[in-house]
Amino acid sequence: MTYLRPEFRHPQLPVNELGYSRKDYEGALSTLCAGCGHDSISAAVVQSMFEMSIEPHRVAKLSGIGCSSKTPTYFLGKSHGFNSVHGRMPSVVTGANMANRDLIYLGVSGDGDTASIGMGQFAHAVRRNLNMVYIVMNNGCYGLTKGQDSATADVGSCSKKGEPNKFEAIDLAGVALELGATFVARSFSGDKDQLVPLIKAAVSHRGFAFIDVISPCVTFNNNPGSTKGYEFVRDHLEATGTVDFVPMREEITACYPNQTSEEVTLHDGSVVHLCKMDDKLNVRSRNSAVERMKNYKDRGRILTGLLYMDPDSQDLHDSIDSSKKPLRQLGEKELCPGVAVLQNINDSLR
Amino acid sequence: MKPTDTNNPEYYHKVVDCQYACPAHTPVPEYIRLIAQGRYNDAYMINWESNVFPGVLGRTCDRPCEPACRRGRVEEEPVAICRLKRVAADNKDSEAIAAAMPAIPTRKNGKRVALIGGGPASLTVARDLMPLGYTVDLYDNQPAGGGFMRSQIPSFRLPATVLDQEVNQILDMGVSAHFNTYVDSMKSIIDKGYDAIFVGTGAPRPKDLKLPGREEAEANIHLGIEWLASVAFEHTKAIGKKVLVLGGGNTAMDCCRTSLRVGADSVKCVVRSPRADMKASPWEIEDSEREGVEMFENHTPKEFIVEDGKLVGMRFELVRAEYDANGKRSLVPTGEPDVIMECDDICVAVGQDNAFPWIERDVGIEFGQWDMPVVDRVTFQSSRPNVFFGGDAAFGPENVITAVAHGHQAAISIDLFLNGHSVKNRPAPGVTLVSQKMGVHEWSYDNSVANDLRYAVPHEDVGLSVKDRKLEVELGFDVATAVREAARCLNCDAQTVFEAPKCIECDACIDICPTDCLTMIDVTDMEDEAQLRPQLKMPATNETQSLFVSDSLQTSRVMVKDENVCLHCGMCAERCPTAAWDMQKFTYHVSKAGACAVQEEEQA
Repeated sequence: MTYLRPEFRHPQLPVNELGYSRKDYEGALSTLCAGCGHDSISAAVVQSMFEMSIEPHRVAKLSGIGCSSKTPTYFLGKSHGFNSVHGRMPSVVTGANMANRDLIYLGVSGDGDTASIGMGQFAHAVRRNLNMVYIVMNNGCYGLTKGQDSATADVGSCSKKGEPNKFEAIDLAGVALELGATFVARSFSGDKDQLVPLIKAAVSHRGFAFIDVISPCVTFNNNPGSTKGYEFVRDHLEATGTVDFVPMREEITACYPNQTSEEVTLHDGSVVHLCKMDDKLNVRSRNSAVERMKNYKDRGRILTGLLYMDPDSQDLHDSIDSSKKPLRQLGEKELCPGVAVLQNINDSLR
Repeated sequence: MKPTDTNNPEYYHKVVDCQYACPAHTPVPEYIRLIAQGRYNDAYMINWESNVFPGVLGRTCDRPCEPACRRGRVEEEPVAICRLKRVAADNKDSEAIAAAMPAIPTRKNGKRVALIGGGPASLTVARDLMPLGYTVDLYDNQPAGGGFMRSQIPSFRLPATVLDQEVNQILDMGVSAHFNTYVDSMKSIIDKGYDAIFVGTGAPRPKDLKLPGREEAEANIHLGIEWLASVAFEHTKAIGKKVLVLGGGNTAMDCCRTSLRVGADSVKCVVRSPRADMKASPWEIEDSEREGVEMFENHTPKEFIVEDGKLVGMRFELVRAEYDANGKRSLVPTGEPDVIMECDDICVAVGQDNAFPWIERDVGIEFGQWDMPVVDRVTFQSSRPNVFFGGDAAFGPENVITAVAHGHQAAISIDLFLNGHSVKNRPAPGVTLVSQKMGVHEWSYDNSVANDLRYAVPHEDVGLSVKDRKLEVELGFDVATAVREAARCLNCDAQTVFEAPKCIECDACIDICPTDCLTMIDVTDMEDEAQLRPQLKMPATNETQSLFVSDSLQTSRVMVKDENVCLHCGMCAERCPTAAWDMQKFTYHVSKAGACAVQEEEQA
């Protein structure tokens, strides 16, 4: 087994505005199973961060436990990283984000880490609209413990063992919508053309940006009868539309004439341009998203793409009016404002 | 878009850039691996089978393999292939090599072949025909075999012991060599009743410069290859203190460096063209400059200056190169005053020509343009069916490795011809393609890619080497350095073999490929490769390199691989969950004389 990726890259590898190439956003060589969907998502993260010219040191990647939660080692090797306790990544991000609002927080979790052990944590991060990107690498099974059905496995779906799953699946995108997430999308690890712009839009969004990425477990859940294998997902995939993430000052490329388009301007001036394949969807309406998802599910189709976003969202810092500066930038004068200020506070409480 | 036909052996052959570029198609990565394993005898024999003179070529080859080496496209410098070859020759066990030589039948097949000229082409024909039972007579005007390898390549680049060993290896097969015998008539050879005649007489006539003063200065003007031969055979032992060498090829470099060793204090090498257009190999120029030779570019010789009947200098006109729209160069005078360089002697090394004054024009050998024999490019047969040409004699001056390649092909033709077969019936190459998989993620070759930059070969001290004409300048790699240099080889013969039906389109290979060689793409609307090239993950701009296009996948896309900068690291195959990618070792052996008989036997 090769543990080191060769140092050489394509001699004409392009560089971004910072002068970095994709190589500068790579991490260690993956030790996941060959063909794991998670590796494709890692590659999509690398591609997104490269294209957005984000300085790697401005990103903090955090995860829980599981195959998915190993992946932050495999991308952004020069960023901050925190591999937390199983299902507890949202708490750690909350703390980190409260302490330093200047970093870009990228949480990586799996279906077990989010929909089972971490469900409570997940729910509260969503309802507080914590400013972060939350990616679930969703393979419908517990790959790290030999492929038991997870809480996102569809009813009747069979993993490698061959037993149909008896229990109703938790649809994490649905849960996120219900709990007030301000950016919700679904994608497929095998579709980088869709996933990369979604990640870029999620990074630019202020508030809780959730992407549920179906990511086949090639070892335990890529067999006939599984609803999360490569072939099944490809055959049942539908997209809400083509997302084009347009950074500020760049021209928007045109849609095909028979499609309706919708544009959402984000707080940083960038634009999410959606060429809609489903013109019944209104991406600014939570109800519309819920309705469309249900509609596709009833027809046995998997709806992917951007489902909902609220460009005017107020994140947790806005809601609780917390420090505008990272805590480490506060000096002694700001932290100990003196007797007079204390006196004022005390007086106001009398 | 049609899928690539990888059953055509030339597809994978072209991926092994070094082997493909070598005129004799020596399996380079294979012998480099053997050197790294310390198996010098095996490495030597692989070379010997292909290029007959590993020790000679490991020092003097023109190295067409090195500019082709993939490493040169991935980083700065190619693998030092040539000098690794020498490591095999330097470290071989002579007894083991002698034992590995082919058996020579004591009972001959009754066919007699004459070889005219004792250089690499003729010796290669002998090497291929002797094991088949032919009786071979070799004629050469020099006192020993080797041809221009002996007379033109100075001993400080190629020690006589190395040359003797590899020439004798062939002569000792039982070739009856007639040295010091100048063949002055083709008719006389034909009259001896040979069944076939091979002409490997090289390009022996040096070009001269007919400029004013040439005749008066005759005593101090030397023609490059003649002068080098005269020094090699020790007829000439001295030259003046100040020497000018005219010409920019490897012969000129050898004249410069030889002059320093036989008494010159100052040597100036003067070239008509810009330095960038000099024909000499870059390393030959570098070696000359290290020894103190001065290079002058854009100087066109005008006149030999003679005073009191003796050469005292040379006048040059200054020029600059101008190129027309077709890239054709013309040297235009700059108008600056002429330059005069003082000198005692001048070596003229401005090229060499073929010369066949000894072939009568009525023996059925047709001559064409530039008074060159009409020779078939594939079969090396002349218009007289039993006369074959090879080496520089066939199509003009080339190099040793090309002469060897000609010799192999001519030997095939002679063998076919004398067995009553058509010479057009060329034997197919011997090809194998075998998986290198040892375990789930283990390969039987070293797939890790070394980051080392090219190692330099150590040289003898300049002060010492210019004093002794026979002291070898290059010292060769020691074993430790050789192993490190060998690790730079990318093992391009470990081919990435793809089976479309196994692919589940998980993208793992595309994500992992360090050099972005792979793309999955819909090509239904594309008509040809030119449309596909710019659309790949990294646009395939190097059009000399092939694209592999797979059969259609499940989603009706295809897998495309740009061979250009593939590291052959095997990561695609390691990350492939279904073994749709596999690393398979490709061997390609050019068939030699006798292969047809073997193939026929097998079919029967």
